[in-house]
Amino acid sequence: MNIVVNGKPQELEAMTNLQQLLEILQLGKGRIAIEVNGEIVPRSLFQETILQHDDSLEIVQAIGGG
Amino acid sequence: MNEQTQNTLTVAGVDYQSRLIIGSGKYKDFQENLQALENSGAEIITVAIRRVNLGQNADEPSLLDVISPDKYTILPNTAGCYNADDAVRTCRMARELLGDHKLVKLEVLGDQKTLYPNVTETLIAAEILVKDGFDVMVYTSDDPLIAKRLEEIGCVAVMPLGAPIGSGLGIRNPHNIRLILENAEVPIIVDAGVGTASDASIAMELGCDGVLMNTAIAEAKNPTLMASAMKKAVESGRESFLAGRMPRRQYASASSPIDGAFF
Repeated sequence: MNIVVNGKPQELEAMTNLQQLLEILQLGKGRIAIEVNGEIVPRSLFQETILQHDDSLEIVQAIGGG
Repeated sequence: MNEQTQNTLTVAGVDYQSRLIIGSGKYKDFQENLQALENSGAEIITVAIRRVNLGQNADEPSLLDVISPDKYTILPNTAGCYNADDAVRTCRMARELLGDHKLVKLEVLGDQKTLYPNVTETLIAAEILVKDGFDVMVYTSDDPLIAKRLEEIGCVAVMPLGAPIGSGLGIRNPHNIRLILENAEVPIIVDAGVGTASDASIAMELGCDGVLMNTAIAEAKNPTLMASAMKKAVESGRESFLAGRMPRRQYASASSPIDGAFF
């Protein structure tokens, strides 16, 4: 199946959960926040959030800014 | 109120020894930013919230690995937002990212050239965020009526600009800053416009509770030295305000007595 992560297409196996996606993207350790289809998913729910075809994700971090 | 109390900046019930808040943008690298932060004495540092770079080296340190939220108060901003919805969304992402973090810097911009605040959208976003339990430090114009309105909405600090963001033009309208201060019951922090140390002192001498700056330090030829200069400027401006300046006179007033002159 296909999802979109930060505006880029990403191919995934069916039944992949959010935690597994982070490991694929090598983002497992960082301080991040995630929206799936515009809704924030708390870290405690990453494991049980099964991604669906056409899901759109935003994964953000803190960077330098004033 | 004793002098010690007066020298503490209190935002959302938390006391800070430093009245200087600095940004984390435009530095050469994280190390320079951290050194500037240490030299400035600031306890609060702003950050922006942006997409992670997919494919970036997973072992590469990120900003918050270098500038620890355990040691400093991280103030996520809504820079780059031009409407209330984007700003609210950014704050909610920041809250999640920082682990139930309530303190945010709200800025809703109106125009790319001036980066002047879009005041109507700022008011809408402030209402939503305050109702949602955020402690909102809000960037705004130097309009005293809008500043008061933002305070009434429940913002924990009101942060009028001294001049456009990144312009380094100094405090262009000290009269308006004074009018804002006259009616304020929350901290008033000049945010944007400071170019050099004397600008920071001027803001503090007006009676502001603090100064927020980024470019003045980050774009100095020697940022870490400028950070140290800004620390002193904010402290000396504050002490000068508390001390109360001498009256201005039209003509001279000799400091040495005339009595006892032998010539």
